[in-house]
Amino acid sequence: MSTAIKWFWFASPQTFFPLAGTIARACWIGAALLAVAGLYVGFFVAPTDAQQGEAYRIIFIHVPAAWMSMFLYVVMACWAAIGLAFNTRLSSMMASAIAPTGALFTFVALWTGALWGRPTWGAYWVWDARLTSELILLFLYLGFMALQAAIDDPRRADRAGAVLAIVGVVNVPIIYYSVQWWNTLHQGASVSLTRAPSMASTMLTGMLLMALAFWLYGIAASLVRVRCIIRERE
Amino acid sequence: MNWGGWSEFWAMGGYGFYVWGSYAVTAVCLATEVFLLRRRTREAKA
Repeated sequence: MSTAIKWFWFASPQTFFPLAGTIARACWIGAALLAVAGLYVGFFVAPTDAQQGEAYRIIFIHVPAAWMSMFLYVVMACWAAIGLAFNTRLSSMMASAIAPTGALFTFVALWTGALWGRPTWGAYWVWDARLTSELILLFLYLGFMALQAAIDDPRRADRAGAVLAIVGVVNVPIIYYSVQWWNTLHQGASVSLTRAPSMASTMLTGMLLMALAFWLYGIAASLVRVRCIIRERE
Repeated sequence: MNWGGWSEFWAMGGYGFYVWGSYAVTAVCLATEVFLLRRRTREAKA
């Protein structure tokens, strides 16, 4: 059997179901181990920040959560678009399965940002471009979930949700580039693909370990949820 | 090693409320999602 045929084989919810369970179990374990390693590096290896003291240690959950909030939205919108274009059931189920976890990471990014903003900026919340666009992302996730929950027919709910998810994806580059496009209180990116990171290497290690942990957690939670959706619908 | 003892660790240089407030709420959020997923899995099986 060629790989192309195998690929479509797993596009069927029934055949994907056991595979999703296996991947989810591996991801739970990986997420737990990476989180322990990341927290150890974050609290016991990374040094105190010269400007912010110990308050900066919020970075180890704030930045990974913010990355995941944007990344999961793009993945969700892609699955929703594939489901809309090709009418594949599993794609739309994946989009629905990702939404609550994405919303959770968005909330975590906003919450930890507020608790970081108070000691460093003197305010829990400001109507700044970065913060406001991230709040809109939370509303997009909640809107997607509410819209799908409001429509009884799952196929119609998938289509309506997909349109919202695709339109909302325009917000993701706005969040990412907001610190460059507008004068914001929020600092610019410390880590990017095009230049060396502007932070101590142990701080970066801790942050990347936590980002990987959140990433695996997101995969595991989404796959467990898609298994529930498959069971409930089929 | 950054800390002289546990009390220093929990104090976080005076930023304990902000640091632990962030970590505690994140942990509660993730734990709640895992709990809800386990319950949904149980109900979907039934």
